[in-house]
Amino acid sequence: MIAPPKPDLVTVNVDGKDIAVPKGTNMIEAARLASVEVPHYCYHPKLTVAGNCRMCLVEMGLPAVDPATKTPIMDPATGKQKINWMPRPTIACATNASPGLHIRTNTPAVVDCRNSVTEFLLINHPLDCPICDQAGECKLQEHSTAYGRGYSRFVEQKNVKPKRTQLGPRVTLDDERCILCSRCVRFSKEVAKDDVLGFIDRGSYSTLTCYPGRKLENNYSLNTVDICPVGALTSTDFRFKMRVWFLKQTPSIDTESSVGANTEVWSREGSIYRITPRQNDAVNDTWMADSGRILYKQVKAADRLVEYSIEGTAALPAVALAKAGGLLRAGSVAIVGSGRSSVEEQFLTRKLAEYLKAPVTLVSRVGPGDKILVSADRNPNVRGALVTGLVSSLPAQQLTELAAAIDAGQVKSVLSIGEDLTAAGLTAAQLAKVPVVYLGTQRNATSESAQVVIPTLTVFEKAGTFVNQQFRLQKFAKAVPGPAGVADDLATLAQLITAAGGPTLASDLGALWAIIAAEVKPLATVTYANLTASGLLLDGTPWAALPFVEGETLHFKPASPVAASA
Amino acid sequence: MPYVIERKPLTLLERLYIPQIIAGMRVTLKHFVSPNVTMEYPEQRPAIPAGYRGVPTLVMDPNGREKCVSCQLCEFVCPPKAIRITPGEIPADQPDRAHVEKGPKAFDIDMLRCIYCGLCQEVCPEEAIFLQNQYSMTGFTRAEMVNDKARLYELGGTLPDEHFKWDKKKAAAEHGNAH
Ligand code: SF4
Ligand code: SF4
Ligand code: SF4
Ligand code: FES
Repeated sequence: MIAPPKPDLVTVNVDGKDIAVPKGTNMIEAARLASVEVPHYCYHPKLTVAGNCRMCLVEMGLPAVDPATKTPIMDPATGKQKINWMPRPTIACATNASPGLHIRTNTPAVVDCRNSVTEFLLINHPLDCPICDQAGECKLQEHSTAYGRGYSRFVEQKNVKPKRTQLGPRVTLDDERCILCSRCVRFSKEVAKDDVLGFIDRGSYSTLTCYPGRKLENNYSLNTVDICPVGALTSTDFRFKMRVWFLKQTPSIDTESSVGANTEVWSREGSIYRITPRQNDAVNDTWMADSGRILYKQVKAADRLVEYSIEGTAALPAVALAKAGGLLRAGSVAIVGSGRSSVEEQFLTRKLAEYLKAPVTLVSRVGPGDKILVSADRNPNVRGALVTGLVSSLPAQQLTELAAAIDAGQVKSVLSIGEDLTAAGLTAAQLAKVPVVYLGTQRNATSESAQVVIPTLTVFEKAGTFVNQQFRLQKFAKAVPGPAGVADDLATLAQLITAAGGPTLASDLGALWAIIAAEVKPLATVTYANLTASGLLLDGTPWAALPFVEGETLHFKPASPVAASA
Repeated sequence: MPYVIERKPLTLLERLYIPQIIAGMRVTLKHFVSPNVTMEYPEQRPAIPAGYRGVPTLVMDPNGREKCVSCQLCEFVCPPKAIRITPGEIPADQPDRAHVEKGPKAFDIDMLRCIYCGLCQEVCPEEAIFLQNQYSMTGFTRAEMVNDKARLYELGGTLPDEHFKWDKKKAAAEHGNAH
């Protein structure tokens, strides 16, 4: 006997093993907790239950009670309460755990159900795994291996349906492969709040389509591709680019806004092929926005900076750094930091600013928030700058103070870390007055006019951490190597501090985090290595009074009503 | 303990050596008249038996169409990683091929890496890659030893097909099953 469960837990029995599961858990999840897999297609943990694929059929039994006296009926053979097994199988996805529930997933009847469902699903399936992008991560492929008969008894003509329908700008549909699970339909309605998908016709003629005159073009359309258990919905961008089994997965963070959606970067031999969401129930569930999935294109973009240069001519890294150091040593430096830098880079920027006694400003980027996974603050790490003490107030969108200081002749040089000063409101005339040291990944107006340009790495080419809108410290790893000759950003910043005459600081994550933990109070207990995949929630109360621009998102509610109005 | 072998003294005939020379000449002379077992390579080439595992090649179907759909299974299975494929989409303006949807944009086999194991032929779901009777690959540079797509089709030529899978698919699509 196992100990009586806590009040919010119920004990169920999966294949003869007792296990306590939270109340309201359905049988698929209860079996998962007991390390038993119940194959399923239409059930998705983050969507409502539809119960239409019938793959999850299991046998279910309940403890027997005398109808008249309500006393348990005991089985004399075992001395335990008798179990009344239902004569027919039940779908596990739509049945919630109740006390004493018994589930059998390995009986011949259950295996028979799975075999038959698989055979029916494959009747009209085109079996084009060799050209299907889902091959390798396809549930139908996996379950057919386990429950398929290996040959077809179907002699009639297979159904023919459209093979390459453009459902929207980013999603291509192969109707023949669709198993009508309705996951995509439910996602569009429930999560994306854009109810455009639906089925027309009946029986084996059922076809997934968009509502007439509409397109699947919301910013979350590619999530339907992720959750489609088969290869019916495919990403037009990733279509036919690479088979998934060649791709290496690296955990990363979406940098398009302060939501910090957890992502998986899929790369092969230094090239990124796609970005998909990584489950984090406290941040993004299993979703992410389409706009964040194309960010990898900046890695090989035509405007990528790959060369150290002084006044437009290529220079050796050491020479460029020495030149930058000379400019910084001259004093009266203004630093424009970035809400797109990682926590570690912001810490090193703070160290540089402290040493040079230079004022630091950040540039704010604001766009409309969509209340799901794109927030109004389009910088991923403004809170990181607050936590590390790089800045103490929220940044403005325009660098008016810096502009005034340049006009007044108080600034001798400007160090910009990835920020386009022209876009942030400085005029060409103002930029001409002061030498600019620009660290960045992409060419822009500022890099064109800068005195010294030092190339840096994109988020995919380095490791570090960001602090998202919930003050959750989340780490990202390096997916692909940076361009040849470009140093890691932490090394670049540490060298810049040395070149400016400052102290020599650690530039590897492990050693740097020891310094950060010692100097930054809110991060005192953190090391990069012990940060878990789901992140660490920091205490945001010291900054609670600041007027953050974000409105509500999926797992975030603004604390103050001021922010909610934005 | 030393072991002494008693040697027989040679007989007169043996001491003359003549019978031995005659026996040797007999073997030599026999080979003068017996048929050749070597050949004048490279002017003469051996007949290659069926099932020989020569250079891997890409083949076309009897209608001269590419069979490979760039599924990259051969690239995956190849033990020494000799195969390198860039998949591509077949444009919709090829009436007899558009429904195949996928084909290789580039297909390279590095013959300095290939170990002639035949796993690529075994794994191919489209029967598009075969190790045929080409056994001699030479070149002056490393680049010459990489067979690109054009060269692979040139080496492979056309093989008979039993399935005509894509023709059947096309016929089914044209027949339709609409209500
Ligand atoms: S397209 Fe995919 S997710 Fe949508 S109903 Fe068909 S199989 Fe399910
Ligand atoms: S024969 Fe073997 S080694 Fe050569 S290409 Fe095929 S799989 Fe690779
Ligand atoms: S040759 Fe065969 S196995 Fe290789 S990519 Fe082409 S179809 Fe696939
Ligand atoms: S998962 Fe239960 S019916 Fe589809």
